[in-house]
Amino acid sequence: MSILTILQYPDERLQQVGAEVTLFNDALRTFIHQLETTMRAGPGGVGIAAPQVGRIERIAIVDVSAKKKIKQHGRLVLINPDITAWQGSVVGREGCMSVPDYTGNVVRAETITLTAQDEFGQPQQFEMEGFEARAVQHELDHLDGMLFLDRLVSRRSDLFKRKVYQ
Amino acid sequence: MDKWYMAVVVGADRPGIVAKVTAALFDGGCNLGEASMARLGGNFTMMLMVQSEGREQAVKAMLAPVVESLDLHLHIDSINGELHHHLEPDVRITLFGEDRSGIVAHATAALAEVGLHILSLESDVAGSEDKPIYVLHIEGAAREGIPALESALEIIASEGIETRLMPIETLIG
Repeated sequence: MSILTILQYPDERLQQVGAEVTLFNDALRTFIHQLETTMRAGPGGVGIAAPQVGRIERIAIVDVSAKKKIKQHGRLVLINPDITAWQGSVVGREGCMSVPDYTGNVVRAETITLTAQDEFGQPQQFEMEGFEARAVQHELDHLDGMLFLDRLVSRRSDLFKRKVYQ
Repeated sequence: MDKWYMAVVVGADRPGIVAKVTAALFDGGCNLGEASMARLGGNFTMMLMVQSEGREQAVKAMLAPVVESLDLHLHIDSINGELHHHLEPDVRITLFGEDRSGIVAHATAALAEVGLHILSLESDVAGSEDKPIYVLHIEGAAREGIPALESALEIIASEGIETRLMPIETLIG
């Protein structure tokens, strides 16, 4: 199975909004297999979204199961996904296969409720937290033409802001 | 091929230093690489990678008018401009406590001993003049693992410094 070419910023296709998937056929499933192969070929990649390979549709794959001791749902194929509830916020470090040699801090919701279809069009719903929730939010951003660069916050901690209170 | 220099610029802080220094470099045909700038104790400090066809003296000459008008100190060295090879930190350490001499020296010695490769360090003297506190943020690569760092931090904590360690788990998506 061939590995697809990952688009790199500033390729403008990364900033386009993905189209809803309406046809759940073998061609879709073949593409998903290629997309997953591409994700697993990259070092440390825990997610990928179709727009990263130039297919501007609402398809993402997330699999954080390589990380031990965290709550997670294993390999997830997420088609037409939608986050229906968010809770909490937490800063974490992110990088992206479409933005080589840079990582930055991004604020994400700590827990989310996610609905999506699988590769056969079946509806799914998940409650997620922590690293997996972060991965899903990162990938879903790609479906809306957003990169983690759009959400960077300072690397300097905001715990000890230098302020004079009078 | 253009050469890379590290320019270090320091002077009493005032608005406009960055704009004037970088405009002089741009007007002189230079390209900037990575930079780190901060206000430290009322001084503005800049460290910036400068790429130029000219020699060290030529870069100095371009900056001479702005250095003189803003009363800045300038130091330039030839360097290897090794871009696109960032090392990623996997740990963030925060130390804080009552300010006293030796915090940085003792803490970083203990951390170096157990394999910490410091990639960035920022510190502030905060609090009030009569009760200053010291706050230190370090990001680095734990070459001998995080448990080794934790044991070093226990020793630092026993000397009256508060220590916090957070693994940095970078998500690649």
